[in-house]
Amino acid sequence: MNNWLILHIHVLLFTLRRFLATPLSSLLNILVIGIALSLPAGMYLMLKSVQSLAEQAVGTPQISIFLSMDASKDEVAHIGKQLMQHAGINQVKFVPRDQALEQLKQTTGLTDVIGGMAQNPLPDAYIVYPKKSDAQALEALRDELQKWPKLEHVQLDSAWAHKLEAMLKFGLLAALILAVLLSFALVAITFNTIRLQILTQREEIEVSRLIGATNAFIRRPFLYFGLLQGLLGGVAAWLIITLSLYLLNNSLSELTHLYASSFTLHLPSVGDSSTLLLLSAYLGWLGAWLSVGQHLWKLEPR
Amino acid sequence: MIQFSQICKRYPGGYEALKNVSFEIAEGEMIFLTGHSGAGKSTLLKLIAAIERPNSGSIVVKGQNVSSIKGGALPYLRRNLGLIFQDHKILFDRSVFDNVMLPLQICGFDYRESAKRVRAALDKVGLLEREKTSPIALSGGEQQRLCIARAIVNRPSILLADEPTGNLDVDYASDIMSIFKSFHQVGVTLLISSHDESVLRQFKGRVLALKNGELCP
Repeated sequence: MNNWLILHIHVLLFTLRRFLATPLSSLLNILVIGIALSLPAGMYLMLKSVQSLAEQAVGTPQISIFLSMDASKDEVAHIGKQLMQHAGINQVKFVPRDQALEQLKQTTGLTDVIGGMAQNPLPDAYIVYPKKSDAQALEALRDELQKWPKLEHVQLDSAWAHKLEAMLKFGLLAALILAVLLSFALVAITFNTIRLQILTQREEIEVSRLIGATNAFIRRPFLYFGLLQGLLGGVAAWLIITLSLYLLNNSLSELTHLYASSFTLHLPSVGDSSTLLLLSAYLGWLGAWLSVGQHLWKLEPR
Repeated sequence: MIQFSQICKRYPGGYEALKNVSFEIAEGEMIFLTGHSGAGKSTLLKLIAAIERPNSGSIVVKGQNVSSIKGGALPYLRRNLGLIFQDHKILFDRSVFDNVMLPLQICGFDYRESAKRVRAALDKVGLLEREKTSPIALSGGEQQRLCIARAIVNRPSILLADEPTGNLDVDYASDIMSIFKSFHQVGVTLLISSHDESVLRQFKGRVLALKNGELCP
């Protein structure tokens, strides 16, 4: 094995020993970093889960057109023809009032209530799939259709999803700002930890420099320490997030069951997890680098 | 080997430690640097190792201009020098063996080869049986010898010793001086400072005497 590798393994083991020498303070540092990172990262993951739900809904924008109850069969057919010829519409689906009633019975389990009604309260309806899916085009189309005769109500089904998406974008931005701020906090935590270590090892650093240690040699154990502390902080954050999402999913499944939906929060993916770990390790390294750099700069002969 | 030309060193606050000092030391010479405390002996030695920088003049060590040396080259200059400090600068958080090991670790030597060299250096100063002891348990003379072992383990061609016999009684002092003499015999260039001329009198060698920062003719 080459000398360089042995040197680095040696430093790594030395760092681990130093880490274990003060177990309580090491653990507390890791926890602080973990909590600080899990806040924005957890927020990000939850918003992403909701976003994917919204995207599914936005993915197939549709407009529901409910006809007046007094429209005759000819009128209904005429409207259908007009819709099919409209330039902004891709596809038209007719839902007769009897079929709508049947569907309602099946999906909501309101059979008894509906069976007790004297006549079908539902109108005939068209479901229209427009060619353009952006919010402006959809709204323009809706406004146009609204003016047609014998149309009771025109509903843009994806409007809520667009609103949700805008809100999610706002939330993600807030998470990003939080992440940037807490990253600074992480760098500061490492900076301070390393500064304290440097103070206790002042003599060793001084003697090492006097007998020919390069700055890289002096920096190395501290950089390893910062890297390791950051990485373990990242692992702690990952555990906090995964455990929280798991617990939330458990109680969420009870809730969504009542709404006949199967929405779950996504656990961190491999990509998300490795980004988290790499970022936290890098920030730890950066804090250590700044701290040692500042100390070495003070020691330069003038 | 070592060349000073018109060196002045003034500390912040105006105190002039060295005034226009010039001298030259040839390879393999053993030089004694004498003078009262405050005469500038320590400053002179620190300038050679670039621990301090001169305000004017130039210092050349082994063909390298030390007075203007760049930070990146500094460690490699110091690896060629054996430094023995007035205050020993021993690390008390590790054993005698590990103290002597430090310079070799810094240079990135192979561990087994280094261990042999450390034992050889400890043997030379008579501390081999005490390699596992903590330096706290060593007497003043033994600590001084540990410091010497650490300075020579790298096999430097120049050895700088600042008051190596400072607080030692006469027996210990002559012990240490004879260790230095053995290095001189194998061709090491030595520069030894002392305020106590009685120790020096028993040895032959050129003497540089400093007085108030100036070299006496």
